[in-house]
Amino acid sequence: MPSEKKEEQYLKEREEFFKMLPKLNRRQFLKVAMASAAVALAKNQFPPHSFQLVEAVEAKQGGTEVKFRFAYISDTHLYERKLNERFVRAALKAVQDVNALDPQPDFVLFGGDLAQLGQAEELKLGKEILSELKPKVYMMVGEHDWYLDLGEKWIELFGKPYYSFDHKGVHFIVLNSVLVDDYWTEAKMSPMDRMKFMAQLDNPNGRPFTVGRGYGDVGKKQFEWLKQDLAKVSRDTPIVVFSHSPLYKYYKPWNFWTDDAEEVQALLRPFRNVTVIHGHTHQPVFHRIGNINFYGMLSTAWPWPYAPTGLPKLTIKMNRADPFDQFDGTGDGTVEVLANGKANKIYNLWSREPMKVTARYLESGGREEVPPLPIDPSF
Amino acid sequence: MKKTFILLAVFLVSAFFNTTNDLSAIESEGDKKTEKKVITACDGETQVVLNDVAKDEVMSREKAQEVAAMLMATYQQQKKYQSTKFTRRDSLIWDRELKAMIEEGYKWFHDPSLGTNGISCDMCHPDAVDTHPETYPKFQIQLKRIALLRDMINWCIENPMEGKPLKEDDPRMKAMEAYIIWARAKQDPRPEGKILNPGKR
Repeated sequence: MPSEKKEEQYLKEREEFFKMLPKLNRRQFLKVAMASAAVALAKNQFPPHSFQLVEAVEAKQGGTEVKFRFAYISDTHLYERKLNERFVRAALKAVQDVNALDPQPDFVLFGGDLAQLGQAEELKLGKEILSELKPKVYMMVGEHDWYLDLGEKWIELFGKPYYSFDHKGVHFIVLNSVLVDDYWTEAKMSPMDRMKFMAQLDNPNGRPFTVGRGYGDVGKKQFEWLKQDLAKVSRDTPIVVFSHSPLYKYYKPWNFWTDDAEEVQALLRPFRNVTVIHGHTHQPVFHRIGNINFYGMLSTAWPWPYAPTGLPKLTIKMNRADPFDQFDGTGDGTVEVLANGKANKIYNLWSREPMKVTARYLESGGREEVPPLPIDPSF
Repeated sequence: MKKTFILLAVFLVSAFFNTTNDLSAIESEGDKKTEKKVITACDGETQVVLNDVAKDEVMSREKAQEVAAMLMATYQQQKKYQSTKFTRRDSLIWDRELKAMIEEGYKWFHDPSLGTNGISCDMCHPDAVDTHPETYPKFQIQLKRIALLRDMINWCIENPMEGKPLKEDDPRMKAMEAYIIWARAKQDPRPEGKILNPGKR
C-alpha cells in the first residue's frame, strides 16, 4: 500500500532528524526545525509548535536555558457568585491549570481586574478562589478593582498596590498603572457611577491611564518611588515589570493605552533586559519598543476583539474567538525566564493550541522563531 | 438607472396605446381639421403636444421613442418645481429621530438588564465591533441554519447573558440593530464597511 510506504518514509525521516539534532549549529538548526515543521504539517501529524524536543536542543546555546518559570492568571472580572457563576468557573479553571503544572511555577502573578465592579463581595470571592493556588501569589490591581472606593478594599485585602521584589537574580516591579484624572468630583458621581464609568471600555468620555499622574498625588508618589527603586538596581539585572494597562500606546478609545508610557519607558531604558507583562487587553498581543519586550496576558473571563487600529506590528493575531465556546480566546499562561535574562511567554489558550512567543522573536524584529499562524477558522 | 428604464418603457407603451385620448380639448378648440396628437404620461399630468403628428396617426418606433424622451424631460422639468421640497425642518426631524434611535440602541447595548448575570453586549463588543451586521443573513455554522442579525442578538442574550430572548419587533431589538449598523458604518476603517450608509436616503 502506498500509504504504508509513506508512513515508513516518514518514520525514517523522523529517525534521521533526531540523529542529526545534536550535531547542529544555530543556522543549521533553524533550517532543520523549519523542515521538520513542514514535514509534520504536510503529514497532518501535529501542529509545528508542538515540536518541543527542538527547543530542548536549542536551550543549550547562549544562556537560553530556562532558569525558572512563573504562571499568570489575569482579568477574572468576578461578580458575586450568586449573580454570575460562569466567570467563577473560569477563574477556578485557571487555578486548576496552575496547580496541575509540573514542575510547579515559582510563583503566580495575578494581572488585575479580579472584580468586575470593585465590590467587597467580588474582591473577597476572588481572594478565596486565588487562595486555592499552591504557589505564592503576587497581586496587581486593575481599574475594575479600584474605582468603587479608590482602592480601599483592595489594599485592605492584598496590601500595597505597587511594590518590587527580587527572585533568583531578577528584579520584579508591580505597578498600579490605572490612575486617571479626577472625572467624578465635579460631575458629583456616586461611587458606583464612578465605577461603571471606568468599567465601560468604549466610554467615549473615558480618561487615559497613567502610572505617574492621575488624581491627587497618588501617581506622582508612585513615579518617584519607581525612580528610586530602579536607582538601586544594576544595569545588568534583568527587569520584569507588571502593569495592568499596556505600558505603551495601542488604542486610546478603549484605553489600551498608558498616557505617560514614554516617561516610564525612559526609566527602563538603561537596563539590558526589560520585559513588561500587562493585563487589560484580554488577547495575545506583543510588542517591542527600544530595549523593552511587551507581552499582554489572557483573560479568564472573555476575549476582547483586536482594536480597529494601532495593533503592534509584531503581534500575530489570534483568529476571532468562537462566541459559541465560552472558553475560546481565554486562558492563562506561563512565562519562562531564561538564564540570559530574557523572558518567553506561553499563552495557554483554553480552546486552542498553546502559543509560545519568544524574546528572540521580538528582538529579531519578527524574523526568527516566528510563532505559528493560527490554524483555526474564524467565525 | 433601472428605474429610468422602466419609466421610459411605460412612456413608450403609453405612446403606442394612448392615441385615442382626448385630453387635448384646449389645443384642438382652435383648429378642428388639423387636430394635434397629445400624449399623456402615466402620472396623468405630464403631457406633450405633437405638432407634426396627426391625432389618429400611428407613430413609428423611432418617433415614439423620441416622444417618450420628450415626456421624460418634461416630467423631470416639472418635478423640479412640483415635487416635495425637503426643508431644514425635515432634515432636523430625520437627524433627531435617527440619533434618538441609535442612542436608545446604545443604551440597551450597554445595559446588563437584558441578561441576568451582569454581562452586557459591549463587554465582548466594544463599539459594537465583531458584530459584522453587513454579513447577515448568513448560514451560521454553529446554529446550522440561516440567521439574521437579530437572531444573533437573541443568541447572545440567551447564552452569554443568560437572559430571555426579545421578540423580533421589540423596540429594544430594533434600536440595538440601528446602533450596531450605525456603529459598523461609522467606525469600520475597511473600505467594504462603507457600503452601509444608514440615515441617508
